[in-house]
Amino acid sequence: MSMDLDAPVPMVAMQQEQAISATILCCNCGAPIDGTTSAGALCQDCVRLSVDVSQGVQREATLHFCKDCERWLQPPTSWLVAAPESKELLAICLRRLRGLSKVRIIDASFIWTEPHSRRVKVKLTIQQEAFQGTIIQQSFEVEYVVATQQCPDCQKSFTHHAWRASIQLRQKVPHKRTFLYLEQLILKNGAHKDTVNIKEAKDGLDFYYAKRNEAERMVEFLCSVAPITSKKSQELISMDIHTSVAQYKHTWSCEIIPICKDDLVALPIKLARQLGNISPLTLCHRVGSAVNLIDPQTLQTCEVPTGAYWRSPFKNLSDVTHLTEFVIMDIEPVGQSNGRFFLAEATVARASDLGTNDKTYFTRTHLGGVLHVGDSAMGYHLAGTIFNDDNYEAIENSHQYGSTLPDVVLVKKHYARKKKPKNRAWRLRRMAREYEEEAAAASSAPAAPTKRQEQEANRMEADFEMFLRDVEEDQELQQTLDIYKARKKAQMADQMEEDSGSDDEVPKINMDELLDDFDDLKMGDE
Amino acid sequence: MAVRAQFENSNEVGVFARLTNSYAIVAVGASENFYSVFESELQDVIPICHATIAGTRIVGRLTVGNKNGLLVPTTTTDQELQHLRNTLPDAVKIQRIEERLSALGNVICCNDHVAIVHPDLERETEEIIADVLGVEVFRQTVADNVLTGSYMALSNQGGIVHPKTSIRDQDELSSLLQVPLVAGSVNRGSPVVGAGMVVNDWLAVTGLDTTATELSVIESVFRLGEMAPGGAGAGPNKESIVESFY
Repeated sequence: MSMDLDAPVPMVAMQQEQAISATILCCNCGAPIDGTTSAGALCQDCVRLSVDVSQGVQREATLHFCKDCERWLQPPTSWLVAAPESKELLAICLRRLRGLSKVRIIDASFIWTEPHSRRVKVKLTIQQEAFQGTIIQQSFEVEYVVATQQCPDCQKSFTHHAWRASIQLRQKVPHKRTFLYLEQLILKNGAHKDTVNIKEAKDGLDFYYAKRNEAERMVEFLCSVAPITSKKSQELISMDIHTSVAQYKHTWSCEIIPICKDDLVALPIKLARQLGNISPLTLCHRVGSAVNLIDPQTLQTCEVPTGAYWRSPFKNLSDVTHLTEFVIMDIEPVGQSNGRFFLAEATVARASDLGTNDKTYFTRTHLGGVLHVGDSAMGYHLAGTIFNDDNYEAIENSHQYGSTLPDVVLVKKHYARKKKPKNRAWRLRRMAREYEEEAAAASSAPAAPTKRQEQEANRMEADFEMFLRDVEEDQELQQTLDIYKARKKAQMADQMEEDSGSDDEVPKINMDELLDDFDDLKMGDE
Repeated sequence: MAVRAQFENSNEVGVFARLTNSYAIVAVGASENFYSVFESELQDVIPICHATIAGTRIVGRLTVGNKNGLLVPTTTTDQELQHLRNTLPDAVKIQRIEERLSALGNVICCNDHVAIVHPDLERETEEIIADVLGVEVFRQTVADNVLTGSYMALSNQGGIVHPKTSIRDQDELSSLLQVPLVAGSVNRGSPVVGAGMVVNDWLAVTGLDTTATELSVIESVFRLGEMAPGGAGAGPNKESIVESFY
């Protein structure tokens, strides 16, 4: 009994306390509440019952997923890689919901679902201001249906004959240096973005495009970076005679002038006269949108425009594979210069002659700025060579030029280096491409590579190495390319090897100019 | 007695009507539904006037009055003023006042004895209010809102104020007005009690959305339906009844 008497006392006190704070009745249920702090004139229970802040947010949505490349569609057009239950996927999920921008998202998390159910569930917590000064927080689930959709990239790669335009780019030379350089230019300028496919063919590359104008743009790009002549042809696929709408496949046949940097060129005398009366035996020192030639005897330069070349085509007399090593016995600058070239008179001996005889050759060279006594230089040995070339014969027979032919034409400085240096701190990006013939061979015989294929691969590797050396030695070339830092593992290896390294003189690319590799960045992220 | 009504789909009946102990003014609407609500309650008791003020229908917000007088803004046309003079009882003084805050119904809240007005009202206006309406004028705010006429509904029996008004403010206003006050809402939680309803000593008209709880608060604080002699509200225990709503 005594407990019964005690009990009501605190109850009354509590009621009084409540009575002080409550000023109004809830307009919905009549419960007494404190009007100064309430939301509108509603009690908390009524607010919860009557207000739904998530009303404008979708509860169901569809996600599009490409099964082939395992990427998710981020509307309108981008496809993103996202692991299941990753934050990237959560971002994609949240962006799919309409009306979510009007509320504040407090929390979002995945609810586990069976992967085969093709459902993704996300639990969302949102806040929104319901009345003036009243924020309501609410949690709810959103279910996503995973729909499969092939992305445009996969569509392109899975469709045969999807191309509408192709470019057949050819250069009829025995090596691939020009194409390696072009590959880098294309990568740097992103000119390959629209291609459906890139195939390697004999003496060149084939580019395939889905649209004609994309191919036209590529041809324009090629014309701007290489000396090219192009010829367009088209094949009729189908035609609607009622509307006169015709479907064509367009093909551009592009040929690059078969003259590369450091090639020795004997110009037709007539053409040489037209090009500023230059001496007809010249050296190609640069290939841009036109071929640039230099006469190493006088430093006179000339540019052979593409049109002029194709009116009277000529072949190179000799290329870099025929270079011989010479040692500079004596060199004397003449004092004449043209750009980076300095004219000098040099006495050279063949490196292979050094122990056997004292035969030396006198020549004038444009490399006066880089060559010093004792250096090695690569050059063409004209005195000991028989060229089977009409233009060269004409020069030999002419009164004017026959006596001016030098014994040796020096081309570039030679750096002693290892057969295959592994320790480059830089690397170039490569383009993925299909090997047409190899693919065909592989389908018939998937066994070990044939001897021919092996040879091909070796030659390719040698060409690439030669190209890398060119890049290393030519600063002008470096500026036109994107050069990346080598991967860390490779760098570690070359630091260990460094003390045994002997090619100190070999020019190195400044590390500050190198770009960070995309792959490396990704590795760091993970 | 408290009734619910709607003016052309709007619940804000205080905007379209002005109700006092000696007359009522109702806006001219497309239909007579709203008017007939007043007519059914007030016919043969007080005159009901169909009127416009400055050509608009928002007569409740533009005018203010009690049983002694009526104040109209300067925008009222002579014709409208004449119509009001003809319709209202002769004892009601009608005055047009020049005031920058021309929505008089929003800035002035009064019964037959006191008026709570907007703090920025001109001094001349204040004097006119005192003269014409025969009231004592106080410059006050209701729950920090200067629009006293919008956030307060007042009769000689009691008053209802903005729901966010604190107990202290209510006590202060109550002591000025000498009538019991409660905080409350009309039209399902709307805080604009002045615009959401009209009230005199025996009748309140509220918006159609007003809930039963709100209506019961209104009936109790304005002591509607208890006006018969011997009703629950008569006598010294009225304070305790009002307190029972807290």
